[in-house]
Amino acid sequence: MSLRNNRLAAWAALALGLSAAALALIFFVAPNDADQGFSQRIFYFHVPIALTAYGCFFVGAWKAFRHLWKGDPTADLESYVAIHQGVIFGVLTLATGSIWAKISWGHWWLWSEKQLTLFLVLFLFYSAYFMLRFSVDDGPQRANLSAVYALFGVVLIPISFLAIRLAQNYIHPVVFTRHGPAFHGTILWTFCVSLAAMLALAATLYRIELTGKRLDSRLRELRELLA
Amino acid sequence: MTYAADVAALARKDLLLELRARETLPAMALFVLSALTVFHFALPATSSDLAAKGLLWVAIVFTALVGLQRAFVVEREHGVIDGLVLAPCDRSAIWLGKALAVLGFLAAVEVIALPAYSIFFSPVDGPTIAAVALADLGICAVGTFVAATAASSRTRELVLPLLFLPLVIPVVIGGVGASVAGGSARYLGFLALYDAVFAIICWASFEYVVTE
Amino acid sequence: MIRARGVGRRYGAKHVLRGVDLDLPAGGFLLVTGPNGSGKTTLLRMIAGLQIPTAGELEVAADRGRVGFLSHQPLLYPQLTAAENLDLYGRLYRVPERRERIGMLLERFGLWDARNERVAAYSRGMQQRLALCRALLHEPELLVLDEPYTALDAAGEELVDRELAERHATVVCATHDPGRVEHLATARLAFA
Repeated sequence: MSLRNNRLAAWAALALGLSAAALALIFFVAPNDADQGFSQRIFYFHVPIALTAYGCFFVGAWKAFRHLWKGDPTADLESYVAIHQGVIFGVLTLATGSIWAKISWGHWWLWSEKQLTLFLVLFLFYSAYFMLRFSVDDGPQRANLSAVYALFGVVLIPISFLAIRLAQNYIHPVVFTRHGPAFHGTILWTFCVSLAAMLALAATLYRIELTGKRLDSRLRELRELLA
Repeated sequence: MTYAADVAALARKDLLLELRARETLPAMALFVLSALTVFHFALPATSSDLAAKGLLWVAIVFTALVGLQRAFVVEREHGVIDGLVLAPCDRSAIWLGKALAVLGFLAAVEVIALPAYSIFFSPVDGPTIAAVALADLGICAVGTFVAATAASSRTRELVLPLLFLPLVIPVVIGGVGASVAGGSARYLGFLALYDAVFAIICWASFEYVVTE
Repeated sequence: MIRARGVGRRYGAKHVLRGVDLDLPAGGFLLVTGPNGSGKTTLLRMIAGLQIPTAGELEVAADRGRVGFLSHQPLLYPQLTAAENLDLYGRLYRVPERRERIGMLLERFGLWDARNERVAAYSRGMQQRLALCRALLHEPELLVLDEPYTALDAAGEELVDRELAERHATVVCATHDPGRVEHLATARLAFA
């Protein structure tokens, strides 16, 4: 138990350190964007958050696979927590993306932003995951259903991305050209540090939530035994 | 060989039940006509033909949903799902048999819906019909799977649309694209891809949906 | 035929079954008794293969197609006739000479005359008899019966008695009326 605590503390320290470094880089070191000026810096939050969300969903699907295939007893809870983190980061992706759209082009939502649209679809999908999970009583069946659904999600990601790209052809969006920052030098560094910070943050939150949920379930088991 | 026989026996059972009860098909048919009527009032005068084409797909998806709500009701209500799960047949046969039956219902309703749409709005062309056929496969495969999942939930009627709709968004995109955009081959190809991918994962994972 | 070591089943934190051990050789008759909610049904469902234990090991030496299960619910489609229900199960269980076997069972259980009526129109006792037909349809090696005497009249009960006495299969039977089958039991399991 104490070893786990140590590891959690280590992750938290790492996340804190990287976040501090990232914030410093984002606000003080990275150059202003030629087109969009200071507000472009939200890119350093938005894209790492999005990538972290994808990472969480993939971890969730991996744990789900382990539950179904290997019967790993801890995998169900880990899958659930990973997906929970994914949804949190997903909502943040939608929020930062929306803010960026507003700042850059004056609209709170842009359907032409394929990433944003994809995240909306995924948000709907994974929210339904929670609806499903909370409406089935605890037990092996709930774990199985959740795991299968998590795997479906990971298949849906590329298919939806393809679909949304195809959809652009007939939705005739007003095309806003955005020059993505050229990835070199300080921009690349800042981005990488920010990404590392987000991933570390996600890993820390994941461990915190997982520990909390495990304690919860232990407590419940003890109560059952004493009852 | 016996797999096909199992699937046939199960699909036949569902068609026989519907033939006797005559509940689901009339409801779906009436629903789609009502929906098309609502859509007429939802389209202001300056709307294009294309907007109406898009709404055809909305009608199809929600009509399928109406049918899917009934898909596993009998099995859950009377516990018959246990009987099917106990049988030595592959569990995926349960999914496939049911999906084929749902496909039959959906196709039957579309025989009414598409001509109705042509009369109410604008004629339905070849690519649209092809798209409907391909989309039906995906809708029924995924929909039946999701219906079985929802059947295990306390709030099954609520949860089914929530599970179904995000998964079916790519189908809508493929269908509308084929109906509306030039170069429908691309969209039809995408629908075929969706059907293949999701049919495979549904087939492979149905076992876990019905076993504990 | 059946071997269980420390078998348990839990739903989240709730244990419905804990630490069950048993050894039942082929041809044996296990009588399971206990009050409602004590986990009898869960154990029977696990033996039949509908649920997997969450703890311990359970080995059942019979394939899925060789197990006959009688549940609390008849597991029949109410809007299909008796004959159609049995025909479906006959196909799924790949019963050879399906029609003859169905006819023979329906006659033995006194349902031949009602074979073309929908199960929804059956009385509870008739449904129970039909459920027994369903469980016996494929000549199972292992019979798992959860309260087989439920809703049966005297004639029905005698039919079940006869089936159990004449059987060659291994039987696991949970009942509230143990006196009826006490003389057949080779092993007993009592739930608290």
